Amino acid sequence: MKLFFFTFVSSNLRYYIQHLKRREDPRVSLEFVLAASITFILAILLPTIFLLTKNLGPNTKGNRAKNLAYESGVSKSFGDGQGKFNVKFYLVAIIFVLFDVEIIFLFPWAVNVRELGWFGIFEMFTFMFLLASGLIYIYKIKALKWQ
Amino acid sequence: MGEMAIVIETVIKAITVLAVVAGMAAFATYIERKVLAFMQRRLGPMHVGPHGILQLAADGIKLFTKEDIVPQNSIKPIFKIAPVIAPASAFTAMAAVPFFPEFTLFGYTVHPIIADINVGILFVMGVASVGMYAPLLAGMSSVNKWALLGAARTVIQLLSFEVVTGLSILAPLMMIGSLSLIDINDYQMGGVGSWLAWKQPLAFVLFMIAGFAETNRTPFDLIEVESEVVSGYATDYSGMRWGLFFVGEYANMITVSFLVSIIFLGGYNPIWFIPGGLAILLKISFFIFLFLWVRAAWPHVRPDQLMWLCWKVLMPLALLNILLTGIVLI
Amino acid sequence: MKASSKIVPQKISKADSMPKHFEASFANRFSKDENNQYIIAQQYIIEAITCLQIEDNFSILLDITAIDYLTCKHECPSRFALVYILRDTSFLQTVRIKTYLHDAKLEIQSISSLFAIANWAEREVWDQYGICFTNHPNLKRMLNHKEFIGHPLRKDYPITQGQFCTKTDDLMDEMIPKLENKGFTSHEDLMFLNLGPAHPASHGTIRTFCALEGETIISAVAEIGYLHRGFEKSCENHTYNQIIPYTDRLNYCSAILNNIAFAHTVEGMLGVSVPQRAQFIRVLIGELSRIIDHLVCLAANLVDMGALTNYWYLFNPREAVYDLLSKLTGARLTNSYMRIGGMAHDLYDGFNEDLQECIKQIQNGVADTLSLIEHNRIFHDRTQDVGVIKAEKALNLGLSGPNLRASGIAYDIRKTAPYYNYESFDFDIAIGSVGDVYDRMMVRFEEIRQSIRIINQAMKQIPQGPILVADNAISLPDKKDVYGNIEGLMNQFKLIYEGVKVPAMEYYNAIEGANGELGFYIISDGSGTPYKVKVRPPCFPAMAAYADIIEGGMIADAVLTLGSLNIVAGELDR
Repeated sequence: MKLFFFTFVSSNLRYYIQHLKRREDPRVSLEFVLAASITFILAILLPTIFLLTKNLGPNTKGNRAKNLAYESGVSKSFGDGQGKFNVKFYLVAIIFVLFDVEIIFLFPWAVNVRELGWFGIFEMFTFMFLLASGLIYIYKIKALKWQ
Repeated sequence: MGEMAIVIETVIKAITVLAVVAGMAAFATYIERKVLAFMQRRLGPMHVGPHGILQLAADGIKLFTKEDIVPQNSIKPIFKIAPVIAPASAFTAMAAVPFFPEFTLFGYTVHPIIADINVGILFVMGVASVGMYAPLLAGMSSVNKWALLGAARTVIQLLSFEVVTGLSILAPLMMIGSLSLIDINDYQMGGVGSWLAWKQPLAFVLFMIAGFAETNRTPFDLIEVESEVVSGYATDYSGMRWGLFFVGEYANMITVSFLVSIIFLGGYNPIWFIPGGLAILLKISFFIFLFLWVRAAWPHVRPDQLMWLCWKVLMPLALLNILLTGIVLI
Repeated sequence: MKASSKIVPQKISKADSMPKHFEASFANRFSKDENNQYIIAQQYIIEAITCLQIEDNFSILLDITAIDYLTCKHECPSRFALVYILRDTSFLQTVRIKTYLHDAKLEIQSISSLFAIANWAEREVWDQYGICFTNHPNLKRMLNHKEFIGHPLRKDYPITQGQFCTKTDDLMDEMIPKLENKGFTSHEDLMFLNLGPAHPASHGTIRTFCALEGETIISAVAEIGYLHRGFEKSCENHTYNQIIPYTDRLNYCSAILNNIAFAHTVEGMLGVSVPQRAQFIRVLIGELSRIIDHLVCLAANLVDMGALTNYWYLFNPREAVYDLLSKLTGARLTNSYMRIGGMAHDLYDGFNEDLQECIKQIQNGVADTLSLIEHNRIFHDRTQDVGVIKAEKALNLGLSGPNLRASGIAYDIRKTAPYYNYESFDFDIAIGSVGDVYDRMMVRFEEIRQSIRIINQAMKQIPQGPILVADNAISLPDKKDVYGNIEGLMNQFKLIYEGVKVPAMEYYNAIEGANGELGFYIISDGSGTPYKVKVRPPCFPAMAAYADIIEGGMIADAVLTLGSLNIVAGELDR
């Protein structure tokens, strides 16, 4: 059911995207790509320069006690921070990916909701109804229950 | 305009933005100490310079010259890269934020936005959410149990609230019909009455709550709360590496303040006699103050309560808001 | 929760205060010694204590301790004796059961199946005296390090011998059976985490070793002793007045109350009661330090919750009280204000004004804090139904003080066995209903108010008069006499060098400390130094229970539970 709906919505999405492209907008251009990359490079450069300042300070490499992982002052403990970890956290991440992808679908629709009219409303409400039922299903199987 | 001129203009703008935001982030730490101190009936930093203003410089010197400690068991390349992600993503996100109204300098019209793009809000949110990888990778590469717990909390907190952020912002976007932050700002030109906060109060509140969670502020400061997970993902970080997380966090705070101001509170449109540039600065100061105020007043929640709040309260509310907005609009 | 009930101390006749069933069924198997302790043969101990617990309602085990009679002056049946101190559920009677152990084999049956607290108490006895408890689930060292050799409270332990212990106990020997009980045969899916000793929320240095599934604590084991400094051993080498500074370090949040508890016990042994004015001063200062102890507990607990501002709202008044105390006693934290038979000096002029100023600040601080949290949904969600201790369990664990009252049991020594005129003051006992973190915090808030009531009444009624017992064998003479005549000088000399001579006896007495029943079990051999001192710290049972309470909760809950039980490492580890 859900798969079917995906194909149904995505075929309509194609329509939205074409619709978006048809809108004349001078602001999408090489200019933006350039600007964003320049900012990105600078934004990486600045912290990296910050990090280089560590050379100003002291350096005691090879101090074993200092380089140990901190665990409340217990030096020899059972296991380390790399063992198996509770699946609940991964579950939340996976549920997030599902919902976030679906929210991305909503953005183009939201922008054009007036132009799409009742057809768009009906279509997206069906989509969101399924989204909500997915949420209810997740509550039901207690995937988000913490204890 | 020649291509070279564009490049030079962009570089100047980018450097200005980075410098100003980094400065603001640093200054925000001083403001935080002072505001919290006054709320808590103490003085805060007083000894370095008048009213402790030079504390900033002292802290900076300390952070810059501190020894760089990399735990011996950590996954070193990732451990070293992770702190860079936080400020880098926060700064890059600012490329699409219009800070001020256009102004003329020496006969040259300046657009105070680095990269004007018609999906600005998606760009800001998308790039800012990359910042989540900083605590996640830091926590997992430290090979430290506290850090791992911090990373796990990062996953549930930041990811969950990403969904709320996205959903809550949809309703205002439906009314505006554009993803460009400049369009959103221009939509609210008609004075205080045209602010979206009045038309979309629920979305405003939801976005604000999600903003607190995304920037890791009380009452959602779970990923590095001292009494429970020591310092969370940053337990094994020290010196400037830790400082970068800090800069990233405050830069994010500023970004969120800008976003809320632009989307819901009329952006840089002038209010009454206050010019637009000053208006948005005032709004941002208010939100930064709000962040501190909440921190002074409230305890923080437990991870399971956070999840309950996000998935069972805020998300259904956000969906409901979209439905209502859709029906009203058509 | 807010309910506070008044219980009137019932006057009971002497005949009622005997454990009747026990005396009937053990009619010819026990004897009573001169200290009013029942002496029972080693093989009947389990039977006797079961009888006391079930038929005579002595369902609170206060303490278990051992005595080493090696250097004792009088004849003893054997070298080691064990003493069990029990109290009944009306909180009015205390019995002490003493049993002499066979020298050949230092072994006795464990009573840890009857009393939850016995588990840790017996471990401590084993650690300090080397007495084995058969059927004990896990007899290992409690206060001393696991590599430690010897049993330090034995009289033949060489106290000057230094021992270097470096290896940390991984605690898996306790953890694995606990996990198996819960059905975890393999521990591969669990994460093991040390919450403390060096953790921001481990109030002092307390280690809790947790097995986590995600953030939920499946099983936990607590380890104490990081602050053990041999208080009880030190006491055996100092005169009674010299011990008072040591008692300051027990519960360092309310040093005065420890002073009072110790001085009160020794005065009980001497058979003197301090002059009225001294009693009133003790009430005043004692209640003041109860308030600051509660303030510290509440402030720290709220900070653990993230409510940072309350810390200053509560600590600023505490600072005012410390200013008052330092003006009065000369020290902020470790006051050493009491002396055997009275106190160091009288109140200063203008004390009342300073006190009123302090009280005003305390009231403001409490009101400000409550206004921030009382109607805060986050605070309620964080604290309610977290770390619940049910009433019966609390009794079986031997909890006392605010922690027990939060579970709904109105037990307060100031009401049940009033000392220092507490019966004449009008105050209520604050009790909770659920026994969760919220109740424990709110009971403390209410107790601050009640303490203020007591202080106000005491300040009105305080009489003039001496502050020291008029007995040359107890109190130091005036400086005028010391410098002026030979008798005074000799008196001073004797008291300083030999100490107050306390008649030979074995004696237990307790007062209501800030955390609960703070008792001292002191054995004197007639000299100026005690033969043995055993503290009954109120947070020892709380800490023994802690690991079980937090199981099933999350790390965030564990931190709040630890804070709300008000564990103070100083008195826990001694």
